Amino acid sequence: MLDIGLGHYLSVAAVLFAIGMAGIFLNRKNIIVILMSIELMLLAVNINLVAFSQFLGDLTGQVFAFMVLTVAAAEAAVGLAILVAFFRNRGDIAVDEANVMKN
Amino acid sequence: MTFAAAAFYIFAFAAVASALMVVASKNPVHSVLFLISAFISASGLFVLMGAEYLAMVLVVVYVGAVAVLFLFVVMMLDVDFVEMKQGFLQYLPIGGAIAALVVAELIMVVAAWVFPSDAELALAHPSPTAAETITDPNGPNNIEALGLILYTDYVHYFQIAGIVLLVAMIGAIILTFRTREGVKKQDAVRQIGRKREEGVELVEIGSGQGLS
Repeated sequence: MLDIGLGHYLSVAAVLFAIGMAGIFLNRKNIIVILMSIELMLLAVNINLVAFSQFLGDLTGQVFAFMVLTVAAAEAAVGLAILVAFFRNRGDIAVDEANVMKN
Repeated sequence: MTFAAAAFYIFAFAAVASALMVVASKNPVHSVLFLISAFISASGLFVLMGAEYLAMVLVVVYVGAVAVLFLFVVMMLDVDFVEMKQGFLQYLPIGGAIAALVVAELIMVVAAWVFPSDAELALAHPSPTAAETITDPNGPNNIEALGLILYTDYVHYFQIAGIVLLVAMIGAIILTFRTREGVKKQDAVRQIGRKREEGVELVEIGSGQGLS
């Protein structure tokens, strides 16, 4: 309990990942919160990578955490740009009613 | 309770509680602020693990850039967010069930994890520089060690990351770029192409008449 090991960090990451996943289900209408949930899941993955890197004594995990950070930043930028373009076209951001491509 | 353990539990519970509030909060602005709190708690966890540089990058990149971008977009869009919250309770059973299932699976994986012995670990990590940098207290610190391998062994990954960011930047600009109608701005071609006859007019004024 007092000796913080790898399992503790992995458990925190697991809980964060599950919260992010639940957030995607619970906020189906609000794409902004969905994007934030995806950021939470990527953060959980980063915690896993850093924890393994530290406890196995190999810095490679932290390099990969960098890659995840980069992709997360790019994803947020492009996702929000798509969201802004979508809002300009439709006047709202109700993603569950998005069917422009279907018609 | 040792200081490290206390700090771990504080940061961990702060991160989990903030993440819960990100998902459950009614106002998206509050969601963004709780997201910032979650990231800061996670960077605290990174510091506890010894990954100081990643912790600082997390604060600078996420809190300084990504979260502020989210905040901009939330405040820019004129949307009725209360109506967006409908269906939250409807999806709560299935969402909660799936989340609980994932947590149970991941914790089972963690509990069943068997650590290899030191010999196996050494075999599994043939790059001695990377392993030494972490374990040797007199060796280079975290950021130095990361720089030593990021710009040598992983230089291609580093450059690919740069290209990913470049492509994302171009994509975001193209997606949001639009030419607006009715905006007054300087048109250099028209300005240079102007003739003397269009701009200057000579008027003959009779004596004592003035310009009417």
